Amino acid sequence: MEEMTVQATVDNVEVITDFVNKQLDALHCPIPVKIQIDIAIDELFSNIVNYAYSPEEGPVTVRMDVADEPHSVIITFIDHGKPYNPLTTAAPDMTLAAKQRHIGGLGVFMVKNTMDDVAYEYRDGMNILTIRKKV
Amino acid sequence: MNIQAEKDNGKLIIKPKGRLDTKTAPVLADKLYEILGDTKELIFDFSGLEYTSSAGLRVLLAMQQKMDERGGSMKVININESIRQVFDLVGFFAIIDVE
Repeated sequence: MEEMTVQATVDNVEVITDFVNKQLDALHCPIPVKIQIDIAIDELFSNIVNYAYSPEEGPVTVRMDVADEPHSVIITFIDHGKPYNPLTTAAPDMTLAAKQRHIGGLGVFMVKNTMDDVAYEYRDGMNILTIRKKV
Repeated sequence: MNIQAEKDNGKLIIKPKGRLDTKTAPVLADKLYEILGDTKELIFDFSGLEYTSSAGLRVLLAMQQKMDERGGSMKVININESIRQVFDLVGFFAIIDVE
């Protein structure tokens, strides 16, 4: 298990992505899977920056575990911000024309559809969001 | 993020490199608003783009809406397989011209 704690700022999305990628590379994770995980990090970390903490700032801990059968990575995002469950966000209507389209909810929709498992809980004053992906 | 832009007679070709994410999408948006002017034909060349998150999709959608409003055209070219999968997942092929 590896973990890293950073302040919830837009700049730190890259720091967390690099931290996770280093471990994915060590696991010989296929590039398309790595990209899906990188996108999930961007969506989930930016939600913490923009919703759980906004307008104040606070720490985010990202923990990475590896599981067997199936060989998977489990990445957990922990913050101490406002209770915020992104998984309850309604899926966007993707049948609308460009003019009527809204982008809200698209990020979470992408995460739900590319990860093998996504779970949220609020416990002891912490938002805890976990994703699992076969590598 | 490195962004190449080529503007010629109402045609703008914009070529971002790297990752289009929460940090870089606003940089691309700022650049676009700075140089768009009276562009009638907007082309995104994604040959140097690794991937896009929803932050990048937001920029594309906003630009598509803007070009539609002014009766212009917009096209995305040279997308890789990861970007193709994202576009497919979110139904972007129905609303954006991709070559």
